[in-house]
Amino acid sequence: MTLIVDHVNYIYDPDSPLAHKALDDICLTIPDGQFIGIIGHTGSGKSTLVQHLNGLVTATEGHIYFDGEDIYDKDFDKKKLRSQVGLVFQYPEHQLFEIDVFSDVCFGPKNLGLERKEVELRSYEALRQVGFPDELFYQSPFDLSGGQKRRVAIAGVLAMKPKVLILDEPTAGLDPQGREEILGLIKRLQKETGITIILVSHSMEDVAEYVERIIVMNKGKVMYDDVPKEVFKHHKELEEVGLAAPQVTYIMEALREKGLAVSKEATTVEEATEEILRAFASK
Amino acid sequence: MLRDITIGQYYQTESVIHKLDPRVKIGGTLIYIISLFLFENVWGYLLAALFLGLVIKLSHVPFRFMVRGMRAILFLLLLTLVFNLFLTPGEALITFWKLKITKEGIIMAVRMALRLSFLIIGSSIMTLTTTPNNLTDGMEKMMGPLKIFKVPVHEVAMMMSIALRFIPILMEETDKIMKAQIARGADFESGGLIKRAKSLVPLLVPLFISAFRRANDLAMAMEARCYRGGEGRTKMKPLVYKRRDYLSYLVIVGYLAGKIVLGIYL
Repeated sequence: MTLIVDHVNYIYDPDSPLAHKALDDICLTIPDGQFIGIIGHTGSGKSTLVQHLNGLVTATEGHIYFDGEDIYDKDFDKKKLRSQVGLVFQYPEHQLFEIDVFSDVCFGPKNLGLERKEVELRSYEALRQVGFPDELFYQSPFDLSGGQKRRVAIAGVLAMKPKVLILDEPTAGLDPQGREEILGLIKRLQKETGITIILVSHSMEDVAEYVERIIVMNKGKVMYDDVPKEVFKHHKELEEVGLAAPQVTYIMEALREKGLAVSKEATTVEEATEEILRAFASK
Repeated sequence: MLRDITIGQYYQTESVIHKLDPRVKIGGTLIYIISLFLFENVWGYLLAALFLGLVIKLSHVPFRFMVRGMRAILFLLLLTLVFNLFLTPGEALITFWKLKITKEGIIMAVRMALRLSFLIIGSSIMTLTTTPNNLTDGMEKMMGPLKIFKVPVHEVAMMMSIALRFIPILMEETDKIMKAQIARGADFESGGLIKRAKSLVPLLVPLFISAFRRANDLAMAMEARCYRGGEGRTKMKPLVYKRRDYLSYLVIVGYLAGKIVLGIYL
């Protein structure tokens, strides 16, 4: 289920004074089962890019191939694409509408035209997968906390059994604990189900610890596309475009300047701890 | 998806028309609309078209933006065209079955279509060249005398500016909600009337909830800034007539006079 983005351009509001290039010649290959982070400042085109991946937005130029098929072909089934490439938007408030949590999660699979039994089974599974407590299944989704709403929103998409799950700023507006919970949940999902996950965020801190590949977007272009370690080596350039490497990178850098022989490779807190301990031990 | 609606949309650019006092533009639009219905002869329509063309040229707004606004009333336009064409009594030109197209009908239909288009384009120039805030400011000032009759002019103007301000916000929100539901397999386009109406539920519920939430937030923010209505409130940018405003009034009155003269003597 490889997704290939081939020289995609997108111009926003083409014939108005506000016209601007939101995506500029994007080329990407997204293989099966990868955990990817897309990072960029506000307005860098990251949200626009992911909306291309499930056909919500049509590119002004270029092609996108899903499993070898061009999604802009006339006879391509967009509905099927959307069930295979699930997109969870930033604000759960934009999609919750049913009287209770369970029926809301059922909305997606129901739209796929599945049998009622299958719909309910999938919804139940999805809610369990996101760790949603059973006793809240028949609560109104509007009475839930921010973190729970987000879980329901993710479950609503997961219930469609997508092969690729895209999450647009899943931690926006959550407190640190809620953030950790959601990110942990996403990581677990990826491990358990092996689906491709694309995490869109403007915070390096969010993704550094979890993803295996980072795509940095700036002004509609792909700036870096590599494993986290390599990307963070460019922390000076990242700062110039309003991003920052995780704090760990800076600490390691400062330690090196002070003469402690730590390597630059560490990107997560755990790795850094190990590295510092090792450096002290060998001293 | 919802980009075709230009009503209440502002087109940002530099032009004489943009700089005019909103009162001139509101007054001018009113006079123009009235003038369209005043006299009916070819010269009158020509003058109206000429005047409109001049204002469009001066406004620096691309013509296709105004035509875009026409799309919304295309159906109404066609309906009036058809009705006038077939239902005006008079000298029959073409007859088939029970319907006949009359000479009077053709003239009437063309007139109505012209009037309606001029009317829509004329008023869309006003909204395209005036920010919603300026527009309501102008209205508030113009309706000022009504205060004597206890009409809550300021409140009405405030409500209007809030409503206008919220149109783009709610449109954007609708767009986002639509996308979120389409991503979950919702289908807003196919099916019969009932199915389509039903398919709007997943769109309308989140939209209403968000509208209420926004209204609530706005009310709170206004309270926090001690808003207590128009009593004793001053303006940061009070409306003052300048030379170009007086000149424009002159041009508008000149146009009206021309139209009357043409109507009486030709």
